[in-house]
Amino acid sequence: MKKLATVIVLILVGISLAGAQDIKIGGIGPVTGEAATFGISTKNGMLMAVEEWNAKGGLFNDRKIKLIFEDDKGDPAEGATVYTKLIQQDGVAAIIGTVMSKVTLAGAPICQANGIPMITPTSTNEKVTLVGDYIYRACFIDPFQGTVGATFAYKDLKAKKAAAIFDIGNDYTKGLAENFKATFEKLAGKASIVAYEGHPSGATDFKAQLTKVIAAKPDVLYIPDYYNDVGLIAKQARELGYKGPMVGGDGWDSPELVKIGGSAVENGFFTNHYSPADSRPIVQDFVKKYKAKYNAEPDALAALAYDAAYIMFDAIKRAKSTKGADIRAALAKTSIDVVSGKITFDANRNPIKSAVIIAIKDGKQAYKTTVNP
Amino acid sequence: MGSIFNAQQIVNGLQVGSIYALIALGYTMVYGIVRLINFAHGDFYMIGAYAAYGAFFLFNAFFGGKSGALAFAALAASMIAGGGIALLANRFAYKPLRYKPKLSSLITAIGVSMFLEYFFSALPMIGPSYRPFPDIIPKVQIDLGIATISNYVIIDIAVAAVLMVGLTILVRYSALGKAMRAVSQDKDAARLMGIDVEKVIGYTFLIGGAFAGVAGLLAGMTYPRIFPYMGIQPGLKAFIAAVLGGIGSIPGAVLGAYIMGLAETFASAYNSLIGEGIAFAILIVVLLVRPTGLLGEKTADKI
Repeated sequence: MKKLATVIVLILVGISLAGAQDIKIGGIGPVTGEAATFGISTKNGMLMAVEEWNAKGGLFNDRKIKLIFEDDKGDPAEGATVYTKLIQQDGVAAIIGTVMSKVTLAGAPICQANGIPMITPTSTNEKVTLVGDYIYRACFIDPFQGTVGATFAYKDLKAKKAAAIFDIGNDYTKGLAENFKATFEKLAGKASIVAYEGHPSGATDFKAQLTKVIAAKPDVLYIPDYYNDVGLIAKQARELGYKGPMVGGDGWDSPELVKIGGSAVENGFFTNHYSPADSRPIVQDFVKKYKAKYNAEPDALAALAYDAAYIMFDAIKRAKSTKGADIRAALAKTSIDVVSGKITFDANRNPIKSAVIIAIKDGKQAYKTTVNP
Repeated sequence: MGSIFNAQQIVNGLQVGSIYALIALGYTMVYGIVRLINFAHGDFYMIGAYAAYGAFFLFNAFFGGKSGALAFAALAASMIAGGGIALLANRFAYKPLRYKPKLSSLITAIGVSMFLEYFFSALPMIGPSYRPFPDIIPKVQIDLGIATISNYVIIDIAVAAVLMVGLTILVRYSALGKAMRAVSQDKDAARLMGIDVEKVIGYTFLIGGAFAGVAGLLAGMTYPRIFPYMGIQPGLKAFIAAVLGGIGSIPGAVLGAYIMGLAETFASAYNSLIGEGIAFAILIVVLLVRPTGLLGEKTADKI
């Protein structure tokens, strides 16, 4: 019995000695459940980043990354469990995750309380990073898209007068519209928003508002709705004689948009986190490697997970430490070029980064340009 | 103000009102005859839209696309499906409760409505998500100077007008219409006069359902996105229109529907942030002044 105990102790010591070189990093994503495709892309992106960093020799002092990936199933309760498990049982130095805002909001307070730095690739809810100073994110928050949309409309489309139509029952579209209005007025002057109209959620007829909008003769129409409403609004706007460009947010990102809107959504543009057609070498390189490894086109989730991992690894490398406080301090000073743009962080730990503009052309999405805030 | 009260907005309001009118007619006919608020009526509209959608693709696959023939197939399918489902609902849900307390049929109507919505979203070939509706007839834009209208606007208003005139003639001058009016006044007396009351009620559901089906087709064409819950909101609006006009009255339903359509359009144009609220405020005022609705008759029992 004594011998057995000695053996076990020796094995344990052996494991801990061998493992001392590796730095444990937690990864979380919903690989099963309602958002399974999001989770799989996220895991793929993270694994690819880990592989690349380990091939380059690890984080610092030849210490490699050991990624421990957990499934949160898209469920906040499950999420809280795996966050706790990674921190208490595995003793990870930092966590990259997770995808859905509701789950991230369950995990972020746990990271904050334990002093473990965390970065979410894709949770856009504004409250996430307000949990505390250990919580970062790689994606921009929703209202930011309104700012980018306005900049694009003014600088690239040369619009002097703009109109917006949005869903009054939905914070996402309302937030985008408000930010669009504020930014456009700043750029083009006080009276440049010629119409600002809401519609109730679930409406199918927008002609009353659109007639008013079109009578105001805007150069550009901002429609930050989801694709199924955008299709109807675009069709009715064209029917009423509107010929100019339309701009929206990432709610447009669906193949259904063109099916519902048909030719009406041509001359439409929307803001998004990333485009695989972006011609920057870093993007093309990422797309090529991802395709070779997973035999699939990387979506925005894969790109943002890859970026989130890069941001975290870069911070640990600069901190030359696995202590939470050191990594956090390094994260705050981040300035890095990644797939979804050049990233620095603001005071609320949200990234200041560029967004891509995607055009609808001949019924297909085409990369248009990258806009800096 | 020019962009709020102008010809274009009147056309917009009439188009919305036409679709409401077709649905409101079914509500009012059924209420007039069996004193039942058929809350499933909005779902007959949804089924009409899906039937037209299915017929369009079937017909297109087998016979190829002549838009006139396709439109006719879609129209026939929507009317048959809308009328058929109304008949089934009447036969299996409402008829057994005909002489039971009113509340039982009312609750059953809500049940039928939910059943149809959830059943259809569970069917694999329909499913819960949005479906893009095809352009059955090529869209043509007509610029009149004071207003831009498409042939869809004309079709919506014209189809609604033709059906409404047809219904009025049917109710006023045909034997069936006479029987319907008799049943609505006094079921027992009608029965004593040799009228098959259940048959007349069946016809009423059939016609009301077929009208809702056509409304579904028109809505699908005009707002090309259909889903199993699409009937809830127009159904509610049309019900309100029927009450506004005086439930049980056929001209009242049409009047109420156009008032709703125009009020909603003008209110949304005036201030889109509280638009819908204004439309409903009008309803409340009208009902305060005339509790039976604009063209409604005084009746002793209301729901």
